Amino acid sequence: MNFPWLTTLLVLPLVGALVVALLPRASTAVRPVALGFSLATLAVGLGALTQYRTGSSEQFQLTEVHSWIPQFGVSYALGVDGISLTMILLGLVLVPVCILAAWNDVPVDGRRQHVYFSLMLTLLAAMVGVFAAIDVFLFYVFFEAMLIPVYFLIGMFGGARRWKAATTFLLYSLVGGLIMLVAVIGVYLAGPRGTDGFLVTNLTGLDLSVSAGRWLFLGFFIAFAIKAPMWPVHTWLPLAAEQARPTTSVLLIGVLDKVGTYGMIRFCLALFPEASQWATPVILALALISMVVGALLAIGQNDMLRLISYTSVSHFGFIVMGIFAFTTVGGSGATLYMINHGFTTAGLFLVAGMLIARHGSRDIRDYGGWQRVTPLIAGVLLFSAMSGLALPGLNSFVSEFMVVVGVYQRYTWLGVLAATGVVLAALYMLLMYQRIATGPRPVMADVPDMTGREKLVVAPILAAFLLLGFFPKPVLDVLEPAVQQSLQHVGATDPAPAVDTATAEGSGR
Amino acid sequence: MTDQFVAPAIDYIGLLPLIIVLVGALAGVMVEGFAGRRTRYAVQLPLSVATLVVAFVALVVLGPRNQGLTAADTLALDGPALVLQGLLLLLSLLGLLVMAERLGAQQPDAFTQAGAATPGSPEESYAVRHGATMTEVFPLALLSVAGMMLFVSANDLLLLFIALEVLSLPLYVLTGLARRRRLLSQEAALKYFLLGSFSSAFFLFGAVLLYGYAGSMRFGDIAAAVSANVGMDGLLVPGILLVAVGLLFKVGAVPFHMWTPDVYQGAPTPVTGFMAACTKVAAFGAMLRVLYVAVEGARLEWQPVIAAVAALTMVVGAVLAIVQTDVKRILAYSSIAHAGFVLVGLISLDQAGVSSTMFYLAAYGFMTIPAFAIVFLVRSAGTEATQVGQWAGLGRRSPWVAVAFTFLMLAFTGIPLTSGFTGKFAVFSAAISQGWAWLAVIGVLASAVTAYIYFKLVVVMWLGDDATGDTAVVTPSLLTTFAIVAGVAVTLALGVMPSPLLDLAQSTATFLR
Repeated sequence: MNFPWLTTLLVLPLVGALVVALLPRASTAVRPVALGFSLATLAVGLGALTQYRTGSSEQFQLTEVHSWIPQFGVSYALGVDGISLTMILLGLVLVPVCILAAWNDVPVDGRRQHVYFSLMLTLLAAMVGVFAAIDVFLFYVFFEAMLIPVYFLIGMFGGARRWKAATTFLLYSLVGGLIMLVAVIGVYLAGPRGTDGFLVTNLTGLDLSVSAGRWLFLGFFIAFAIKAPMWPVHTWLPLAAEQARPTTSVLLIGVLDKVGTYGMIRFCLALFPEASQWATPVILALALISMVVGALLAIGQNDMLRLISYTSVSHFGFIVMGIFAFTTVGGSGATLYMINHGFTTAGLFLVAGMLIARHGSRDIRDYGGWQRVTPLIAGVLLFSAMSGLALPGLNSFVSEFMVVVGVYQRYTWLGVLAATGVVLAALYMLLMYQRIATGPRPVMADVPDMTGREKLVVAPILAAFLLLGFFPKPVLDVLEPAVQQSLQHVGATDPAPAVDTATAEGSGR
Repeated sequence: MTDQFVAPAIDYIGLLPLIIVLVGALAGVMVEGFAGRRTRYAVQLPLSVATLVVAFVALVVLGPRNQGLTAADTLALDGPALVLQGLLLLLSLLGLLVMAERLGAQQPDAFTQAGAATPGSPEESYAVRHGATMTEVFPLALLSVAGMMLFVSANDLLLLFIALEVLSLPLYVLTGLARRRRLLSQEAALKYFLLGSFSSAFFLFGAVLLYGYAGSMRFGDIAAAVSANVGMDGLLVPGILLVAVGLLFKVGAVPFHMWTPDVYQGAPTPVTGFMAACTKVAAFGAMLRVLYVAVEGARLEWQPVIAAVAALTMVVGAVLAIVQTDVKRILAYSSIAHAGFVLVGLISLDQAGVSSTMFYLAAYGFMTIPAFAIVFLVRSAGTEATQVGQWAGLGRRSPWVAVAFTFLMLAFTGIPLTSGFTGKFAVFSAAISQGWAWLAVIGVLASAVTAYIYFKLVVVMWLGDDATGDTAVVTPSLLTTFAIVAGVAVTLALGVMPSPLLDLAQSTATFLR
């Protein structure tokens, strides 16, 4: 309790970033040191997990609250509930994986490699901060600050149009973030103010006027919708994903974009319950559109990185739908989906990265028959694709099923429509696998199959697919109390009991 | 005789910092007259630095204990005046260090060698042949600083006008002293002078109307008249607005911003940095006092006008910055946009309005001077490379300077953990708390627009793999290095740990009336 677990998680990667940046020119120690720091952070994260009590009645655990800018009411306040803890752990697991996957992304020459891995570690710190902040101002600080490492990761290390992609990403995020800034100020002024007026706990359950609540809700929601990303403000994502390194995309889409859906739960629902209810129909419609449009666009893509990014738009549609169904099952499914989607996206992007590293092309049409060339890579691609289309037994199935059930409980017709998303997912995933891996063996020089390092990269991801697919209970146990807490804030009760009694009576008869 | 003249009591101790700066400036003038050409620079630099440092020490030591209205209430030595004077001294010290940069005689410095000579004339080539250096800039800058310090503490319209002229005239001269592109520089100086004179005239006319209205030039008397008189709005409102025109001109607010890009571009770059940072502090300080002390009672009359000006300033500054291709002009339009942000804070008319305005001015000043200092150092073939395209590949060739400039651009954008963000947060929250949320929304949208141009500069620096360009960063002397490092450090510190300055700004945010 007294050990500052979360601050350690925040500071350790920053120290790592500094150490990596200061290593001598052309040093060969950059990658091992970066990996070491990310693993050490993961170890601390697991330590923090042991301190976390699932049955606790506190909303936030492992809290650290210190006054930071009392003149503004800002505290340096960290703490986690089930949702944020699992998101942090997701990041902690994926960063070492990505560092390992990015081993040969940048040549050992001059300082570019230093910058690359230093930025990755900085990003890790920002991830921890953004999910652990329980002060709205501090959250905003991390929300904006994490743009900068991503901006440079895309801009300095991406593909040919990298700076355009980076600028588009940055401007989209900044517009959303700045609109949120007004709402952040507004919610503080509507709250109790004072020297710790930005603490989430002090801003929950405010007695806001209807119009004020709705305006503030919109200010937050637009930023999160851009981040998530939802249709129609998703257009920055394909460009960013196409131009960024696959490992950057994993961290950006797999972890950082979850800030959008996480923020909806943590801030939109908790701070503005009335407005959340008010906006639900529109948001559900947008989520449905995201789901369908994302899937249709994914089916039509030839660029594999763009394809994966569109599948994410579709999956984010699912997640948002689960959140705004306001049922325990839907909410738990959505939050579990946030974890699963992180691993699924990681699998897809990293395999795509391996293919691109071998063949030098992102275009799916340049591939075909690769299961005969690199059977292992193709196998992992198939595995990840199955996870993406939610095959029972793999991770996404559990969450997708829960979301559909949760939505169905409240909006029957929407649940039915959501199920079509599952069908579309099968289409884009299988089509991609078919076009890349099946067919006659291509005429080309031999390319090596997976190296030992790459096996090490995919092993934890495949393990996560199976673990979360067969035994998601421990994770759900962590998530559920937090989800119920957020439902309480909204004042929504599960429609399930009525149904339960009906079926119980039915079976009794 | 009843109206026997009574000499007003003057608090010389409280005014000591101002007096020190004036004495230093006059001593500098004497040095110009008597010291030999070769020794002048060696004398002027320590003299002016010492003047500013001693004045700052005197301000810190004596200022807080000698607050009050003095000189028959025409001067106010109160919290805001002291904070702004201290800020002016620190900023002008950094600005002066950059102006003193001689680049180790490797490259031509920023200033012409014969300011009074016609460009291309025999007199000029004579001065060049004999290796003249323009050391007059030191006393000129000090005189301007003295005017600025007076400007922020003047409690009387006439004194305000005198301070305005004292601070402006040296700036007009400094503007015309660029070594390269002499004609552009002189054109800028003339433009600045003419437009400045117009705005001074507007100011004076407004002051006269207010005198007609209140029967006095003192802010206190005007305030009393505003609350007592009813129905002489025909004098009051035009008076306020005309005085405001004079002040808005100085900060470069739209629609009185026309001079800013040309002057910023034409002036020697170190002078531009000094001007951008210090003039803004002084002019906003004076505007705060006029609006908060003298005519606060008539707020309903002028607040909407200032709000409209603020909105216009932010939008025009941000949008026009996008289409610029010259780094100095980009920074000029950005300074216009920033003036709009400060106006957003200023308009809230409460304590938070004063403290947030002061904080923003400090934040803006400490990022602007190093930014212009870096522009001054980026050179191609012996002249400053101010075209955006010329900056390509700078990140490769001079990574540290590029990192510093990138960080400053983040601060200009208002990314958290830089002073720019803290400042924006302060002014926007002051405005929103008084019901100006729509202004804040325009403000955030304008900052998103300006982000485009700042990041375009960043992209240009880091994008080019072009190692062939001849644009390079000149290695500066310790003077400029110190100014840049100090500015960047303050920018970071005010982003990470803004509490002390916020505390100071909040505890001193009360005007003496």
